[in-house]
Amino acid sequence: MADDAAKAAFLAKLKEFEGREVGTQDGADEVNQAMIRHWVEAMGDRNPVYTDAGAAERSVHGQVIAPPVMMQAWVMRGIAPPSRGPGNAQDELMALVESEGFTSVVATNCEQEYDRMVHLGDHLRNRTVIDSVSEEKATGLGVGHFITTRVEYETLEGEPVGRQMFRILKFRAGTGRQAASAGDGEEQARPKRPRPALNRDNQFWFDAAKEHRLVIQRCTGCQALRHPPRPRCDKCGSYEWDAVDASGRGTVYSFVVNHYPQVPSFDYPLAVGLIELEEGTRLVANIVGIDPSEITVGMPVEVEFVDHDADLTLPAFHPTK
Amino acid sequence: MSEKHRLVDAGAIVGIGATEFSKESGRSDLQLAIEACEAAIADAGLKPSDIDGFVTFTQDTNPEIEVAKNLGVGEISFFSRIHHGGGAACGTIQQAVLAVSAGVADYVVCYRAFNERSGHRFGTGVQDRAPAPTADTAHFSWYSPHGLLTPAQWVAMFATRYLHEYGATSEDFGRIAVADRKHAANNPKAWFYEKPITLQDHQESRWIVEPLHLLDCCQESDGGQALVVTTPERAKDLPSTPAIVRASAQGAGENQDMMTSYYRESITGLPEMGLIARQLWNTTGLGPDDMQAAIIYDHFTPLALPQLEEFGFCKRGEAKDFIADGNIELGGRLPINTNGGQLGEAYIHGMNGIAEGVRLIRGESTNQPPDVEHVLVTAGTMVPTSALVLGRDH
Repeated sequence: MADDAAKAAFLAKLKEFEGREVGTQDGADEVNQAMIRHWVEAMGDRNPVYTDAGAAERSVHGQVIAPPVMMQAWVMRGIAPPSRGPGNAQDELMALVESEGFTSVVATNCEQEYDRMVHLGDHLRNRTVIDSVSEEKATGLGVGHFITTRVEYETLEGEPVGRQMFRILKFRAGTGRQAASAGDGEEQARPKRPRPALNRDNQFWFDAAKEHRLVIQRCTGCQALRHPPRPRCDKCGSYEWDAVDASGRGTVYSFVVNHYPQVPSFDYPLAVGLIELEEGTRLVANIVGIDPSEITVGMPVEVEFVDHDADLTLPAFHPTK
Repeated sequence: MSEKHRLVDAGAIVGIGATEFSKESGRSDLQLAIEACEAAIADAGLKPSDIDGFVTFTQDTNPEIEVAKNLGVGEISFFSRIHHGGGAACGTIQQAVLAVSAGVADYVVCYRAFNERSGHRFGTGVQDRAPAPTADTAHFSWYSPHGLLTPAQWVAMFATRYLHEYGATSEDFGRIAVADRKHAANNPKAWFYEKPITLQDHQESRWIVEPLHLLDCCQESDGGQALVVTTPERAKDLPSTPAIVRASAQGAGENQDMMTSYYRESITGLPEMGLIARQLWNTTGLGPDDMQAAIIYDHFTPLALPQLEEFGFCKRGEAKDFIADGNIELGGRLPINTNGGQLGEAYIHGMNGIAEGVRLIRGESTNQPPDVEHVLVTAGTMVPTSALVLGRDH
């Protein structure tokens, strides 16, 4: 309750920033051909209307235009901007959210609207207002607050050219896992696990896993169990097979703990076991519910099922209770 | 398979050539292949127009016809590619020996070249789309969805069990790395020239996948390596000292998988290497005691140990004692990886190791042991693989 009250008080402080003016900023340079050329080369945009005066003259624009999406670039404060001095609303807001540990940042949305094309010689300035600060959200990246700013762009003479809505997430690094298990689905950043290549020889096993059943292929000719599945029994030569439900009990025959490389689909350190089932076959699966440093060869384990996404359910093994 | 097959002394390696080994070659894979082949042909004292055969890996991206075209080789009457990654290395030489001994080609170039560090790196490109469901890709369905994605991770599964069954420790793996880097430190062509490591460095290097530290894992390299093979008879007319291919063998074991043979009764050995050892020893009458040096495939240190066991240098489970006694370093019973191995010199998928085998026979290694009569060279582990015994011409 104290925690909830503290959060509410913090949110109230954040909300006070909504609508506050950050200030105006003049572009360092007029709109110019050199910056346009660098930008379109970096972007790989070969539209001649940005760089070729002749082609631009023959176009509907009648002259060279700046790429509209460059609007933000004309007024950016540079890579190491000078201090805006005390009392700047944006700086104060950032300091406030960072004081509560939301120190990581990611840009999540950017929307622009244009009133007119920007031409060589235009000199732009902008005016920034803090539009909104969200309540605390659990996202795939971590727990944090979304901060949205609204930026109006105009010429130094005061003629509007467009506006931009820019949203960032300020979050606590390393808190994304909880968000994933909370499973609220909002802003999930985690990519799916690598897909199995399903074919006529292995699909039954993955289908059974979706039903939370661990199965083992059985030769109906000689009753031999085999894993991984294959079309023909090397013992009796039969192509006929079915599948039986495993007890789900086994031991750790071997295991590894992955640290690098870190693929975003997984949490690290990641324990992967070679599990010997009591039926005698072995399979590879994650070992869960135990600190990886405590896993030992020979440890008894039991199956559980993890629904990773709508299409993929996999068995995992935890220590026998 | 007859273990008395007729390939004994049927070929000779008469030329070796390589590019520099780097992390960023600054040129295409194809150019690396061409440069390496050109250097090997020159080393053999031959002209490109003498070459009439090429062998490489199925994994290599440089077609033999492109290499031939660029070198001005003209017509080629033999071409072949070997599958299974690093397991192909010594198999390319066997293909060439088969070709020259059968008379379908006179001079065959075996090569492997890639920008494995600056270009496409192995183990990258995980996608959340299912691959086309072939038997090859379906195999990895049992591993990749669980996060077992890289060669280091596949190898580590064997390593944990090996440690468990034989009471070996991470330090025993580390001794392979220390020996490799000691040898690399004295090889100006090695990436880790003049950069030896201690066992403590190994122990303190970060985990990649337990039980493998960073220094258990080989490098990623840019480079190309080529070798020229002909018959021992033709070799007599060439200027270089030939390395006779005393024997060559390939092997896939029972219940073999690509990198993940986890379902055999025991997973602490390498039965495919055992099969190769039987062929090499039985066909030649030679044995481990006849080898004065060895190039032991070392993409990851743990699998060097069962190789020493499969070839009979020590008993099963006793490789840790064999290597702890300094046997694998210069001056020891069996100096290994005198070029620095793939951990120390470069990772050219085992082909640079064959070239070092040739240098050992020629007496030209920068870490040359005395009186080298025979050298064992092995290829990739945990895959269908291959090996050679190289020897002096008499």
